[in-house]
Amino acid sequence: MAHHRNRRSAQMSRESADALARGLGWFSIALGAVEVFGGKGVARWLGMEQNEKLLRAYGVREIMTGVGILASRDPTPWIWGRVAGDALDLATLGKGLADPNAERDRVIMATGAVAGVTVLDIICANALTGQPPQSRQLRWDYSDRSGLPKPAMQMRGAASDFQAPRDMRIPDALRPYTQPQGNEFPRPSM
Amino acid sequence: MKALRWHGKGDIRCETVPDPEIEHPRDAIIKVTSCAICGSDLHLYNHFMPGMKKGDIVGHEFMGEVVEVGQDAKSALKVGDRVVVPFTIICGECDQCKRGNFSVCERTNRNAELAATAFGHTTAGLFGYTHLTGGYPGGQAEYVRVPYADKTHIKIPDGLTDEQVLFLGDIFPTGWQAAVQCDIEPTDTVAIWGAGPVGQMAIRSALLLGAKQVIAIDRLPERLSMAKAGGAITINFEEESVIERLNELTNGKGPEKCIDSVGLESHVSMNHPDTLLDRAKQTVMLESDRPHVLREMMYVCRPAGVLSVPGVYGGLVDKIPFGAVMNKGLTIRTGQTHVNRWTDDLLRRIQEGQIDPSFVITHTVGLEQGPEMYETFRDKKDGCIKVVLKP
Ligand SMILES: NC(=O)c1ccc[n+]([C@@H]2O[C@H](COP(=O)([O-])OP(=O)(O)OC[C@H]3O[C@@H](n4cnc5c(N)ncnc54)[C@H](O)[C@@H]3O)[C@@H](O)[C@H]2O)c1
Ligand SMILES: [Zn+2]
Ligand SMILES: [Zn+2]
Repeated sequence: MAHHRNRRSAQMSRESADALARGLGWFSIALGAVEVFGGKGVARWLGMEQNEKLLRAYGVREIMTGVGILASRDPTPWIWGRVAGDALDLATLGKGLADPNAERDRVIMATGAVAGVTVLDIICANALTGQPPQSRQLRWDYSDRSGLPKPAMQMRGAASDFQAPRDMRIPDALRPYTQPQGNEFPRPSM
Repeated sequence: MKALRWHGKGDIRCETVPDPEIEHPRDAIIKVTSCAICGSDLHLYNHFMPGMKKGDIVGHEFMGEVVEVGQDAKSALKVGDRVVVPFTIICGECDQCKRGNFSVCERTNRNAELAATAFGHTTAGLFGYTHLTGGYPGGQAEYVRVPYADKTHIKIPDGLTDEQVLFLGDIFPTGWQAAVQCDIEPTDTVAIWGAGPVGQMAIRSALLLGAKQVIAIDRLPERLSMAKAGGAITINFEEESVIERLNELTNGKGPEKCIDSVGLESHVSMNHPDTLLDRAKQTVMLESDRPHVLREMMYVCRPAGVLSVPGVYGGLVDKIPFGAVMNKGLTIRTGQTHVNRWTDDLLRRIQEGQIDPSFVITHTVGLEQGPEMYETFRDKKDGCIKVVLKP
């Protein structure tokens, strides 16, 4: 049983993570194409002309990762590659922010866009790696805190002197389990 | 006096404010000896509940000593009495109070019109919980003014510690009512989402009320260990499929009774893709709550079963499988807790030693440390499950 407990949740996240990965693959290729073929224009738009060559190189990197993601059976390492690439992009844009000749507003916009994609990349990479982001070990053990005077199983039903008030009882018609069938409500004909 | 005040998302401060005074003959002033932080306070801290104003004093789980009594409350209270204050303010005289539906008291919400605009009708006034429920200053403070004090209190006899009785004001009756609403039979499996303080009380209540099997669902190992101590079988929703496991444990039929002690801030993760969408919609104000647990309960509950919802919801939810509710003939019971309806009975059970609710306390600190404790509790750091503050 233990091995198949994981199946449903792991499979679900794997499926959606795979879909996300494919999306990111196409995004990589599209972005890469813009950087390679329109490198000059993008660099000028950002006011970072001196980085035109770098930008084209980044474009080549993007296209390679994109193809890698779409063509490989397991896109996991390629997505982690994207995360690393995002870090490079952010670093370059960070330099642009300090550059007095750069178009500050546009660089900030581009940084925001890259940061957004970075978040997606990290979520995707995490899910593919199969590690729930915050999976935790038992560091604080409260198994001695029952609040009960005897072992829990001996306390079952200890409060059965309690009478549920009428307004909180379930409708009699929906009480097919153990209740004696009195005359005060319609009896099912079976 | 010192009090914890809300200043915005993630911003609670311990500040000096004027002492409260008697404003109405039915008021009393309480000197707080112990108070606690509740999961409901996190909804304010994370700013998911509308209707807070900067500077509002928070806190609705508190107890202490009566230090001043208004003229019309003198028949019921005297200076020196030791009381736990229920988080719901009650008049004791309106139609709803007479039926024991205290959390929907028709008189105590002084912003009744605002509440009626939001919910169609007013509900009871609450301490430290938004202006929708009266904007009454809360109990994470050295002193509190208790309105309608002749009814809004639970007298505590000698011989019991603060820690044993403090939770009579909220989480113990809340977990109890959650289980009572299930009308538990000896053949029932009760599944409980959320092993926070409310879930822990619900687990023990379901056990004491005689459930055949109690199942607790959470992702935090320390909370699951405490759930197990209370007699529950546990499911870690980050490692296993909740639906599969619940069906396995009930011969494929599903639990008869389901309790949502999570509420509007269901954990966001890739395992639950609907929560990602809910989170995104919350950001752009298309949806106010994340109802993942409601969806899961409706789907997995046995036909003709009961859904009991103590978890707090604030507004609008999307993609609720109501077809499942209707076609399976499920009963839904919910509400803020009618605290005083249960407290005489529960106080007796504590006195008789049937249960000691102090088991849930993991942190006890001074009121000044309240702000950092909000953070610790929100982030589930340091094994935190329940924080008690000593003003
Ligand atoms: N009805 C009332 O009168 C009343 C009174 C008190 C508290 N409450 C509400 O009860 C709820 C719980 O309060 P608490 O103090 O225990 O809070 P808490 O935040 O400590 O506990 C919530 C627990 O739910 C778990 N959780 C999150 N998503 C989950 C999911 N998808 N499945 C299973 N578990 C999940 C969390 O890990 C956490 O342990 C809150 O909504 C609170 O506002 C209602
Ligand atoms: Zn509470
Ligand atoms: Zn009333």
